[in-house]
Amino acid sequence: MFALDPLFSGTFDGAVFLIVLAKVVIAFALLLVSVLFMIWFERKLHADMSNRLGPNRAGPFGILQTLADGIKFFFKEDLLPDRADKRIFILAPFLSLVPAFLVFSVIPLGGVFTAEKQGIVTVFGRETYVQLADPPIGVLLILACSSIAVYGVMLAGWSSGSKYPLLGSVRATAQMVSYEAALGLSVIAVVMLAGSLSTHDMVMVQAGEGFGGILPRWNLIATGVVPFVIFVIAGTAELNRPPFDLVEAEQELVGGFHTEYSSIRFALFFLAEFMNTVTMSAIIVTLFLGGPAGPTFFGPALMWGPIWFASKLFLFLFMFVWLRATLPRFRYDQLMDLGWKVLIPISLGWMLLLASLNVAGDAGWNTFVVAGAAVLIGLVAYLMLAGAIATSARRREQAELEGSIR
Amino acid sequence: MVAQNVFFYLLAGIILFSAFRVVTSNNVVHAALYLVAVLAAVAAEYVLLAAEFVAATQVLVYIGAIIVLFLFGIMLTRAKLGSDQDLTHPHWALSAATAVVMFGVMGYALVDQFHWTATPLPADTRLVSVDGSNSATVSDSVFTAYLVPFEVVSVLLLAALVGAIVLARKD
Repeated sequence: MFALDPLFSGTFDGAVFLIVLAKVVIAFALLLVSVLFMIWFERKLHADMSNRLGPNRAGPFGILQTLADGIKFFFKEDLLPDRADKRIFILAPFLSLVPAFLVFSVIPLGGVFTAEKQGIVTVFGRETYVQLADPPIGVLLILACSSIAVYGVMLAGWSSGSKYPLLGSVRATAQMVSYEAALGLSVIAVVMLAGSLSTHDMVMVQAGEGFGGILPRWNLIATGVVPFVIFVIAGTAELNRPPFDLVEAEQELVGGFHTEYSSIRFALFFLAEFMNTVTMSAIIVTLFLGGPAGPTFFGPALMWGPIWFASKLFLFLFMFVWLRATLPRFRYDQLMDLGWKVLIPISLGWMLLLASLNVAGDAGWNTFVVAGAAVLIGLVAYLMLAGAIATSARRREQAELEGSIR
Repeated sequence: MVAQNVFFYLLAGIILFSAFRVVTSNNVVHAALYLVAVLAAVAAEYVLLAAEFVAATQVLVYIGAIIVLFLFGIMLTRAKLGSDQDLTHPHWALSAATAVVMFGVMGYALVDQFHWTATPLPADTRLVSVDGSNSATVSDSVFTAYLVPFEVVSVLLLAALVGAIVLARKD
């Protein structure tokens, strides 16, 4: 099961170096192009959903609009606020951009995932995977990068030397730290199933014939949908996208953490945000929907990996735009309640249920008895949690009442 | 092995410089960011030792959670830009002496554990030669040989959590 990228199993020579270099360039270019597309797609689709025209001047269907905006950003004046902490103000946009790039390096983009091929392709006589890097800790790397991404937002708000950005960044930090816990707990379910932290192994596990010969063998189904739903919700919150975009609630905070940013520095934040949207969709596809694995029909089998990957990715990009166009923003206390009182307990309980079923399978216990006992324990835990939340709410109400009388 | 040595000393230099700046910086947020640099460089040292699981955990837990909460606390209470003058503690020399003693004790314990000899590297130093994944090795040893210390630490963290909530509650 455990396998490193076969590219590095031999000696490290010039050819290996060139292949790695080519992969870096391709991954970088692919991500940038998909981000350009995503910005245009979001504007166009959002316009369609709200019955507007959207960008339609630059190029056919306005597809060159993003490029034009990018050039405009380059030539705008670069403003540094007088009260800003200069060095950190300059550093912050890069702290948000670099993790967004790094995550994409561990996403499998193609390959034939059959028992014989194992997702290996041959390039210039060398065997390798169709992904930039396959560290044995790929999933942890994704989580680590998403936790580093907090720094960009937080430091941008603090170093601007103004109160609205600071408020925005304090909100953002609290939100991202809270939802990271739910994100991590729902990933554990997938990792337990795959028995590996490598993203390549994750796709390999999900390839092939699934349940009943009709359904695919995706983690989405194998983990019982719940971790997937939690991951998508927590992921949307992690991206600071609507309905969780309190970070840049324009009615309250002007522009949130990037109020003081202009020209190319603002463009970097903008780029990072859309890049994170693309990579988060790619992560969801890899962890829950089998990534590039899928049936092959006509033509070369190699062609179908990227096609499956791109079409699954597109589904989630559409979903993110759809959410933005339809859902109103959460209130701040609702956001925190959803994160701490709903998502984290459910994901923790579901993880324990899957773990006990896993152990039951290994030990040969009766699955139904174990599942029944687990559900019973879960019910007791739920009642205790609900009781605790109700008690604390009642006490807070009482305290507020006493405070108002005094 | 030469490349590893070069990077080891490079990272060690970064760690020492940043650690020095953590205690001498006049701005709390800058000090916290230098601490991030120290922790990140330590994570990079773990990667050099082919302990990628420990490295990722270091980034995830220390940089991604603990320092973020530090900064969060600083921003909520004293988010002042520019330098503070009252950051240097009057008894800083005593603290420095304590730190040196701690360093001596821990360094001695570490070197003594290896009986004052350098452990030779394995003949095949490539990652492929490692049997199984590092994460599996780490988890196997945590849940077998070191189970009791692991659980004790977990209970300690839980106690700290409960303690923090008790302290923070109004009633």
